[in-house]
Amino acid sequence: MQIAFLKYKKIYFIFSGILILASLVCLIVFGLKPGIDFTGGSILEIEYIEERPSNQEIKETLSDLDLGEVLVQPTEERGTILKMKDISEDTHQQVLEKLRENEEGEEDESSSSPIAGARELEERRFESIGPVIGQELKDKTIIVIILSLFSIVLYIAWSFRKISRPIPSWQYGMVSLLALFHDVLIPIGIFSILGKYQNVQITIPVITALLAVLGYSINNTVVVFDRIRENLLKHVGTYQEIVNNSLNQTLTRSINTSLTTLFVLVAIFFLGGETLKYFALALILGIIAGTYSSIFLASPILVAWLRWRKRV
Amino acid sequence: MSKKRTYLIIAFIFVLAFFAGNLIYPQFLKLPLLPDIPFKLGLDLQGGSHLVYEADLSNVEKAEYSSAMEGLRDVIERRVNLFGVQEPVVQTQEAQGHYRLIVELAGVIDPAEAIKQIGQTPFLEFKEQRPEEETQKILDKQKEIEGKSLEELQQIEGWYLAFEDPYFQSTSLTGKYLKGAEVGFEQTATYKSLVLLQFNDEGSKIFEDLTSRNVGKLLAIYIDELPISAPVVQEVISGGRAQISGDFTVEEAKALVRNLNAGALPVPIELISQQSVGPTLGKISLEKSLKAGILGFLAIILFMTLFYRLPGILSALALGIYAALVLSLFKLIPVTLTLAGIGGFILSVGMAIDANVLIFSRMREELRGQKSFAQSVEDGFNRAWPSIRDGNLTTLLVAMILFGFGTSFIKGFALTLSLGILISMFSAIFITKNFLRCFIGTKLEKINWLWR
Repeated sequence: MQIAFLKYKKIYFIFSGILILASLVCLIVFGLKPGIDFTGGSILEIEYIEERPSNQEIKETLSDLDLGEVLVQPTEERGTILKMKDISEDTHQQVLEKLRENEEGEEDESSSSPIAGARELEERRFESIGPVIGQELKDKTIIVIILSLFSIVLYIAWSFRKISRPIPSWQYGMVSLLALFHDVLIPIGIFSILGKYQNVQITIPVITALLAVLGYSINNTVVVFDRIRENLLKHVGTYQEIVNNSLNQTLTRSINTSLTTLFVLVAIFFLGGETLKYFALALILGIIAGTYSSIFLASPILVAWLRWRKRV
Repeated sequence: MSKKRTYLIIAFIFVLAFFAGNLIYPQFLKLPLLPDIPFKLGLDLQGGSHLVYEADLSNVEKAEYSSAMEGLRDVIERRVNLFGVQEPVVQTQEAQGHYRLIVELAGVIDPAEAIKQIGQTPFLEFKEQRPEEETQKILDKQKEIEGKSLEELQQIEGWYLAFEDPYFQSTSLTGKYLKGAEVGFEQTATYKSLVLLQFNDEGSKIFEDLTSRNVGKLLAIYIDELPISAPVVQEVISGGRAQISGDFTVEEAKALVRNLNAGALPVPIELISQQSVGPTLGKISLEKSLKAGILGFLAIILFMTLFYRLPGILSALALGIYAALVLSLFKLIPVTLTLAGIGGFILSVGMAIDANVLIFSRMREELRGQKSFAQSVEDGFNRAWPSIRDGNLTTLLVAMILFGFGTSFIKGFALTLSLGILISMFSAIFITKNFLRCFIGTKLEKINWLWR
């Protein structure tokens, strides 16, 4: 059974085009919410032993302290995550003290045990990152991204150096770069929507995941291109036929590989805990986009490019 | 390749897997010969604090920056060792003209207290011997309170004496009066290393008094309440110069000088970043990610078996061996496992599966092309190899860049991912291929539905 992938390439292009455009619009309108890793700031995760007070109550308790804008986010049954500007260790202790105080806590101070009338809570995690460190990290991350992209294109151009017909090897590199752009932009667009409505931040784990998407989706594209390269060397037929054959031959592999990886990532997303949750989400989105683009975008672009050149 | 060789390789793979399995989970068989190495867990999995301090070197001359930082590091390392933390990490770091000290404390229960103690400036103190009757009194008290609970011992009169140092008592001479310290050598045949001290004017006077009181006795030098050295006072010393002779090696003398100078020239430090994870959260994270990993793994095995049948089962086996090899490498190297590291490992499992999928898909195609089983195995593998290689190398390339430039989270991810990719290529070439080969010429190769 052969699927005529290339018959509908206009539909794929329009579909991907709309997605890319939508992602760009979201990115421009909503922007991204950088995490405290990049901006500096504090995260405090606590778990109440008994009942969790309302977000409003927690905010009011802390209103005397200079914490900037405080963001309160309940997690799981009795946990709460507080996000604020970067604070000193002293302020950190004051925050904890305030949170432990009940409304009647101050009156209870005279009683024999200081714990009576106080809320019991456990501090699970505290991070406070100064703005200098955040800026350094930003600079570093940008370097990493540029270097990664650059080396990927170089590698592809080198590994396809033996094919020059009917299209030169550097075009494979360009097309994979375009596919990469698509694969990373779509998750970023979705993250900007999540940032707007769910306060999801771009943290180091998310960036790491997006960089891993680069490696992963290039892998998918390379497998298809490899097949095209192989078929070009031994088969006769038009370029379009060869590409279509190659897509059919690699289809099962592309889907199976992505599926197996997605199994694990979905498990991590639902069960893996807070830190890995958005790491997994970024990878899931990137791998879906990457699998799609390796089948419906990269190779059809190659064919379209060739046609366009012939017409010109 | 001969049949015999294939079997030999497979036997070798199983032996390797057996040892790897025992290394990871030694409690099961309790083999006496294999070492019981624990996994090294990062701060986010076992709980702990990652602290970054910025040193204020504005009062230090540029030439002495590195020695000031080293002194600071030693002092803080000593303080940190007092917390009883396992393998604390104290590192100096220079970034764009900022001098920083990074402290990692694993499994600390009370980070706030640790931060408080670290933040104090190094404290140098000279102590003199107590009179003998006082020493006796303290030792007696210590005997008296032995084995008593906190409440009980507070009933004893003068109980607090028991917590005093029985042999030495504080003097007014502290690092405040020290002008500097340097390494010297004895002008004798043995040429032993010495530590030379220079006090300022006020310190010189106190030192003179102190030495005149204590000729022939011990004078102990404490840094952060820990005895560093206890030289015997030979004579009254005026002029504020003192030398500490002892059985120092040159290195020891240098270290002591560094400590003394750090005590005398405290460098103010400021905490600019802290990341603390409570032990409960660490444990929860570890359990959660393990659970997710195992579930995902089972889903993969199920899928592969249903889709690829016998090869799928083989790949599950190969994957199991792959995981055992990678995990035992994590123990042997050792790799500090963090959440990011687990993420990297899980992704590498995906890459390892990909290699298998590529080989099996190719083999199926060859089988459909009416080739013999043996030929299909060889061709399937050879055709799949360029894709496996290219895909793995590009990912490896990205992982290496991440490792070179990233922060600790990214590094942990990149390291386990790279290791995983390398082993997965080995597993594809060595394990999967030989597993398939071992079915060549058997009855099983004729049963088509097992393979197609």
